[in-house]
Amino acid sequence: MRHGTRVYRRLVVAGFRRQSTYRLAALGGLVANTTFGFLKVALLLAAVRAADGSLEGYDVGAVAAYVWVSQAMLGSVNLMGRNDLAERIRTGDVVVDFLRPVDVQGAFVATEVGRSLFTFLPRGLPTFTIGALVVGVPLAGGVAPVLGVLSVLLAITVSATTVFLVGVVGLWLVETRGVQLFYMIVSGFFAGLYLPIWFFPDWLVVAASATPFPSMLMYPTDILSGRVDTTGALGHLAAQVGWLVVTLVAGQLLVRAGRRRLEVQGG
Amino acid sequence: MSRSLTASTAPYRAVLASRIRSQRSHRVSFRVDALSSLLVGVVELAEVAVLYLQVEGIGGLDLRAVLLVFAIADLSFSLADMAFGHCDNLPEYLRAGTLDVFYLRPQPLLLQLVTSDIQLRRLARAAVSLAVLVVAVGLNDLSWDPHTVGLLALALVSGPVTFAAMFVWAAGAQFFLLDGAETTNAFVYGGRYAATQPASVWGRPLLVVFGFAFPMAFTAYLPVVTLLGLDGASRIGLPDWVGWLAPVAALWAWAFAAVSWRLGTRHYQGGGG
Repeated sequence: MRHGTRVYRRLVVAGFRRQSTYRLAALGGLVANTTFGFLKVALLLAAVRAADGSLEGYDVGAVAAYVWVSQAMLGSVNLMGRNDLAERIRTGDVVVDFLRPVDVQGAFVATEVGRSLFTFLPRGLPTFTIGALVVGVPLAGGVAPVLGVLSVLLAITVSATTVFLVGVVGLWLVETRGVQLFYMIVSGFFAGLYLPIWFFPDWLVVAASATPFPSMLMYPTDILSGRVDTTGALGHLAAQVGWLVVTLVAGQLLVRAGRRRLEVQGG
Repeated sequence: MSRSLTASTAPYRAVLASRIRSQRSHRVSFRVDALSSLLVGVVELAEVAVLYLQVEGIGGLDLRAVLLVFAIADLSFSLADMAFGHCDNLPEYLRAGTLDVFYLRPQPLLLQLVTSDIQLRRLARAAVSLAVLVVAVGLNDLSWDPHTVGLLALALVSGPVTFAAMFVWAAGAQFFLLDGAETTNAFVYGGRYAATQPASVWGRPLLVVFGFAFPMAFTAYLPVVTLLGLDGASRIGLPDWVGWLAPVAALWAWAFAAVSWRLGTRHYQGGGG
């Protein structure tokens, strides 16, 4: 067991270091996240003011916190559906992954989490800092920051385990671009990327909550911005843990069922 | 004259026809792409509609007015995206060295790049915004006088031209940015997002960037406030008739794009090999 966790810890570090080589790309991401942040915050602040200062539980401060926390997390949670696994299945490289004495899912998730953690340094934290300096971001006090950081960590892990499912579907479909596109379109909307999902009509909130996407962005921003109290925060955390378990189990089952179907040409 | 035109465009037509044939032959893949493109349009519409249903109006636009802004902006963007969107692939060509092939042919580089592909699936997204446009025109109770028709036509021509310039500007910048390709997304895709917003909610820095430097406010917002007789232009310190200047903004965007493209191609040293 001790030996087992060391492998995954090393993979987290490897993912972290791999991402650290793409500095220019990180700068590009920072510019994009910040620009979108300014556009989002201008529109949503105007919306809150038009609603006499309170819209679905958001005041001016909470909306600013929502925008800058979500923009800061954007680089670290995978809402694009991009994943190496799909490509490795298509080319057959995944055979090597299956031959290694490491769980395929565990290795994938560990590497993704490492990559996400690094991304906070050049992308997430500067985005947040710029937003905080220019617009001002009042964060919640008390235990909220602690629960919030925990929620952010859960968010990037759930995003990794969910994207793994998108990749592993390749064992059946080979070409998963359609699934990835679908994931990309739906995930941003249901994660609350452009609007908090709480602005949606009730039936759409229910639909969004039935997916793992709010766990990747909406719940941590709710906790850090103080939109929910401690009880609400614990509820969000429970939902995130629930989705983590569901996506982990689903991934394990799919890998077990799918690896028997895997056919690789050549050798 | 017409014969020489036919002859000189023949290679481009041949390439475009082959791209269209290839998309039509991979039917399943095309259907998936078209469906996802349609879904993108619907989700983007939902993002606007959900917000404006919550409040009476934002920045002087109510739901009816913003639907018109959204429709013109999104229709313009998806048409430009269909014809010019694959300029986004330039960093890959640069990395793989395949751009050098274009340099070897006796045809203008940009024209080759633009005509190297056409993404028919984007028509699905254009269809969504066209449907919204029809609905929005009905909701806003427009009278069909020369003023309305002229301004709408002007906006629907200038908008795609302006967004096309954005793609070319970004492509020119890629020669310098390489791995930093995402930087230009802030202005191309951020620009699309900005174009669907009322410019009256922006502070001065956003107004400088998306109102004038990249004239996104001129693609839909300013023509619409002029068309509907709203006070949107005076809110950002411009005269009420400023919507008529959409073609000037398109020209400005292309001047910007031409300089960027020229600097970029001059800077390029080849991919080796």
